[in-house]
Amino acid sequence: MQHVTKLYPASGRPALDDVSTEIDKGEFVFLIGSSGSGKSTFLRLLLKEDTPTSGTVTVNGQTLNTLSKWKVPKLRRTMGCVFQDFRLLRDRTVAQNVAFALEVINKPSKTIKRVVPEVLEMVGLEGKAHRLPGELSGGEQQRVAIARAFVNRPLVLLADEPTGNLDPETSEGIMLLLERINRTGTTVIMATHDYHIVDSMRRRVIELNGGVITRDQSRGVYGVGR
Amino acid sequence: MRVNFVLSEVATGLRRNLTMTVAMILTTAISLGLMGTGLLIAGMISDMKEIYYDKVQVSIFLAEDVTDEQRADIESRLTESPEVKAYLYESKEEAYERFQQQFSQQPELVENTPPDALPESFRVEMVNPERYEVIAAEFPSGQNGVDQVRDEGDFLDRLFSLLNGARNATIAVAVVQALAALLLISNTIQLAAFNRRNETNIMRLVGASRWYTQLPFILEAALAGLIGALLAIGGLILTKVLFVDRTLAGPIKAGIIPPVDWGEIAFISPIIAAAGVGLAGTAAYVTLRLYVRL
Repeated sequence: MQHVTKLYPASGRPALDDVSTEIDKGEFVFLIGSSGSGKSTFLRLLLKEDTPTSGTVTVNGQTLNTLSKWKVPKLRRTMGCVFQDFRLLRDRTVAQNVAFALEVINKPSKTIKRVVPEVLEMVGLEGKAHRLPGELSGGEQQRVAIARAFVNRPLVLLADEPTGNLDPETSEGIMLLLERINRTGTTVIMATHDYHIVDSMRRRVIELNGGVITRDQSRGVYGVGR
Repeated sequence: MRVNFVLSEVATGLRRNLTMTVAMILTTAISLGLMGTGLLIAGMISDMKEIYYDKVQVSIFLAEDVTDEQRADIESRLTESPEVKAYLYESKEEAYERFQQQFSQQPELVENTPPDALPESFRVEMVNPERYEVIAAEFPSGQNGVDQVRDEGDFLDRLFSLLNGARNATIAVAVVQALAALLLISNTIQLAAFNRRNETNIMRLVGASRWYTQLPFILEAALAGLIGALLAIGGLILTKVLFVDRTLAGPIKAGIIPPVDWGEIAFISPIIAAAGVGLAGTAAYVTLRLYVRL
């Protein structure tokens, strides 16, 4: 994954101001910074949920600026998303939630039947396939969300504060899972406030402040800003 | 495309918004029913024109005290006139017989009319129906045994402008009702999209195609449109059976009003169904494009 310059004025102040960075395939990157520093905009641009005002965003060799609207779904099939609030369908079981992501992109049901138990086993939920999200703990729900994001084997996994609602021990479990996913070759980009995690993982850290990259450090820590 | 998946989404959507769905179906049904009625009236009018305009165009009513010579004179002049295509003599008895038949549904009226109250007449078919004045000038009223010359075409024109007005009014109400139905469909779809925003958001993020995301909503509207159309067709059938065939049975038998055939309803039904499905589906599609981010 490679991405160059983007400028994005939302209100008076740009959300991202002339940001240039490059994230390679298979990297694990923390995106840190205070609220409103542009982390979410950064992720949204990668998904083409928004288009940059100027500059170019390139994902998997595709320039998003010129990507036509009907190709956006194809782009998103190569990316997985995890959020702070899990975003599960509460009236469907764990297995159905994961299967949903495959059903709506027209995967054959044979594949779905095979792949869903596999990925549930990988995230450690093999016994809970038929539970409803409401019956699970927060950490388990996030595992379902990760399973759903990963079930289609994306090239990139975007995580927007995935541990924001979880206690430290549960967060640790989630991080181990994300690390495991990263080891399969999937690029992981994770926006977070959780300095414990950043400090203990020692991965690349990109710090945003007021829409500008103030730090880009491999094997970084959360730093003095906290 | 997973048919089961899409259909179960449609079913859930319709169930969740039951009241809105019912309102949507009813307005659509009323609108389509009125449209169908308008089409049936239009068909009726053209049938009626065939019945009436083919017949008499000018009537020459004879005076009470007409003599045999005067009658023979009129007849010979009609025979010779180049303007006249054909004519028919109707005696007092024949006039009364026709009257009895026409008003068989109103026996009091027939009872109160003495058999000789109706004048004898010549019913004239013109070469050119517009040239009524020529006949009127040739047979001045009140002279030579002629009581009155009447242009039946003029009466028919007024009758048909009345019927055309009824048809136009029906269609106008149908259009207003259709507008209400469209707005209601648009609202229902917005509500449905809001109710299912979790699903559609996830679908968007995992890369479901726009078409895949929208289809359940469009089908939902189209299905409601179809049910509305079926209700409208049912309404037309009931109208035919309960109103047209019963209440208007007399005039229809007498040949005053043409009957509403099953064939006509069969012809109009697919038009109504297509209009219902098409309008609802299009309204849903446009709504999704304009108001809903999918």
